[in-house]
Amino acid sequence: MPHVINRDELQQLLTQGAQLVEVLPAQEFAEEHLPAAVNIPLRQLDSKARAALDPQRPVIVYCWDVA
Amino acid sequence: MAAGLPTEGSNTATPRAGNLARRDVPTCRLDERLADVRERAQAAGWNVAVVVNDERVVLGLLRERKLAGDPDTLVEAAMLPGPKTFRTYASAKEVADFLTEHDMANCPITTSDGRLVGLILREDAVRAAAAAGERPAADT
Repeated sequence: MPHVINRDELQQLLTQGAQLVEVLPAQEFAEEHLPAAVNIPLRQLDSKARAALDPQRPVIVYCWDVA
Repeated sequence: MAAGLPTEGSNTATPRAGNLARRDVPTCRLDERLADVRERAQAAGWNVAVVVNDERVVLGLLRERKLAGDPDTLVEAAMLPGPKTFRTYASAKEVADFLTEHDMANCPITTSDGRLVGLILREDAVRAAAAAGERPAADT
């Protein structure tokens, strides 16, 4: 079940082995992304997530913040 | 994206507001006296203070002239409320252009939820933009 987390929770989850996924297009990922993130563009999420991610570990998904 | 924390990728060489923000800028609360804030700021080598709440959300700015006002005035009455801020990912050139155009010496940098990251000085933004080969608009 997805839920929203803040930056502190994100950093804590990463230290506990969570997987960080940026869902922006590959070009934007290449330009800038969070350390340790992998890129699975949103349109490819359904087809690639199963192979790219470990279902036993938490997954954190993020995209661009325009707020 | 990273609230001023490190990022990776080909664009990370671009100087950003979050990297240039001076994080040691003094902060104060709405209910403090100007005299107390001024003393604390000057002791730290600053002539400006950022007004924040308990969550470090920026509420206002006390620039040099306001900070030098009546010592018994409360911050809330003296501050510039809702100052212009930039996000951490704003480029040095964008900030430099704005501060130069509006003749402002500095500006708070915040996260997307309004929390203070630091204060960017115009000279820092102009210098970083120039070093990156981006001359401020006012110089072109």
